[in-house]
Amino acid sequence: MIEIRFHGRGGQGAVIASKILAYAYFLDGYHSQAFPTYGAERRGAPVAAYVRVDDKFINVRSPVVNPDYVIVMSGKLADTVDVSSGIKENGLILINSELSANHYNFEERCKVVCFDVSRIALKYGLGTKIMPIINVPILGVFSKITNSVSLESLKKATPKFVATGVDKNIEALEEAYNLA
Amino acid sequence: MNKDMMLGSEAVALGVKLSRPKVVSAYPITPQTHIIERLSEMVDSGELDASFIRVESELSAISAVLGASQAGVRAFTATSSHGLALMHEVLHWIAGSRLPVVLVNANRAIGSPWNIWTDQTDSMSQRDLGWMQVYCETAQEALDTVLQAFYVAEKVLLPIMVMIDGFILSHTLEEVIIPSQKQADAFLPIYEPEYFLDVDNPLSFGNAAKGDVFYYLREDMQHSMEASFGVIREAHNKFDEIFGRKYDIVERYYLDDAEIVFVIAGALTGTIRVAVDKLRALGIKAGLLKIRYFRPFPSDIVKNLLKSKEHVVVLNRSVSFGSAGQLAQEIKNALYYEPSKPKIYDYILSLGGKDVFVEDVVNLAKNVGNLKTSKILWRE
Repeated sequence: MIEIRFHGRGGQGAVIASKILAYAYFLDGYHSQAFPTYGAERRGAPVAAYVRVDDKFINVRSPVVNPDYVIVMSGKLADTVDVSSGIKENGLILINSELSANHYNFEERCKVVCFDVSRIALKYGLGTKIMPIINVPILGVFSKITNSVSLESLKKATPKFVATGVDKNIEALEEAYNLA
Repeated sequence: MNKDMMLGSEAVALGVKLSRPKVVSAYPITPQTHIIERLSEMVDSGELDASFIRVESELSAISAVLGASQAGVRAFTATSSHGLALMHEVLHWIAGSRLPVVLVNANRAIGSPWNIWTDQTDSMSQRDLGWMQVYCETAQEALDTVLQAFYVAEKVLLPIMVMIDGFILSHTLEEVIIPSQKQADAFLPIYEPEYFLDVDNPLSFGNAAKGDVFYYLREDMQHSMEASFGVIREAHNKFDEIFGRKYDIVERYYLDDAEIVFVIAGALTGTIRVAVDKLRALGIKAGLLKIRYFRPFPSDIVKNLLKSKEHVVVLNRSVSFGSAGQLAQEIKNALYYEPSKPKIYDYILSLGGKDVFVEDVVNLAKNVGNLKTSKILWRE
């Protein structure tokens, strides 16, 4: 089973991203599951969302505490929330950040990849400079560096969960994939 | 086979659409809101040919559904927690009027303190109404159970409450096999009630009834509950024939040779399945009994499945304060007349969405020898 944890702030689209990713795995022929932890449902509050992927139906419904992959929607969040908590041996943390991976001091047992997804989001007019919406393009980076889910399925899954700016999101997704 | 992924709440909405209700009335409340959002979209787009009655509270929603059902049409509502509590009085009236209303409740704790997460206090507080109650584990089961609920309710002439867990089922995206409308229509007949409000053939519902009549009517509700098991089995058989999916009143998982049996209802059943798998891998003979129908409670089935077991750990998700977990009460009740019976542990697994991890349940089974049967057990 592959377990994935998203960290974001309310309004950044981590929950939507988790659904797109789970659906893309489903299109790739896997069984998958996505669900959020809702705390105080408000913009700016830290939120987590989870995806599980397996070759059989997923029965377990508890939060992911030992992820294979962690996706962090903004670098600043990784300074305040322990995003590496419980990560599996050789797990991977993908952070939307313009900084280099060396900036983040996690235990050595996991790999850290930083990628400036905000820049791509802004290029395609997704969100604002203060709050770029990177939830779709970051999945392109994830697809490329993990080779775990196909870009084709992510492109097909996106319109099911994104209400506006579908084309721009898919263009940004492709560019993020190509540059990663 | 047409498979897709959807939220538990969306699966409920699809099940309702396939059941072709004529009236839907509901008031939004987390974590149920997606259900009626989807249904209102379906009515708006013409996908569902029904009246969607917007109201200012759950009391009005359930009253509108009562009226619709008395007028002789299939009627649906959905709610959760405080909303279900606000419906309480009218829930009695619907059961007493023998109206086959179907209600989906997204299980959520009731305050105070304020809490939007899942437990079964809301529906367990409504167990004595004369409504049948079914608890669902997956989105597929929720969709399928809505169809079955209309079938059973309309034959038994008692309303049915279908439970889905808030968030861990209502907000979880998972795969669902999509039934066709043709299959649904083959399963669920057109609703043609014998009695309904009709200006050309005047009659009334809920007129005054003194003790002798009232007593007889209440006795008949109990008889109908008892006799409903046959209708439920008939529904399950017909469902299997048409959709190819099997359901039962309770579900067994590694139960036959189990020495430690967990009993649970609702979506956390899935997590317990995984715990049972882990325990079996460790050589511990664990098993699971999932309760789908809580009303009518399948006492005979439960008795026969559990009487020769050694340990029965009832995983309650609600408490009757000053007494016991409501699920444990039923299990003890079912086994009372057996000459030899298992040790029954009354364990409060989770309230207000307290996380349940597989390891918690594995450790519980490992320590079963140290558990007491004399009082409610709480987590460390």
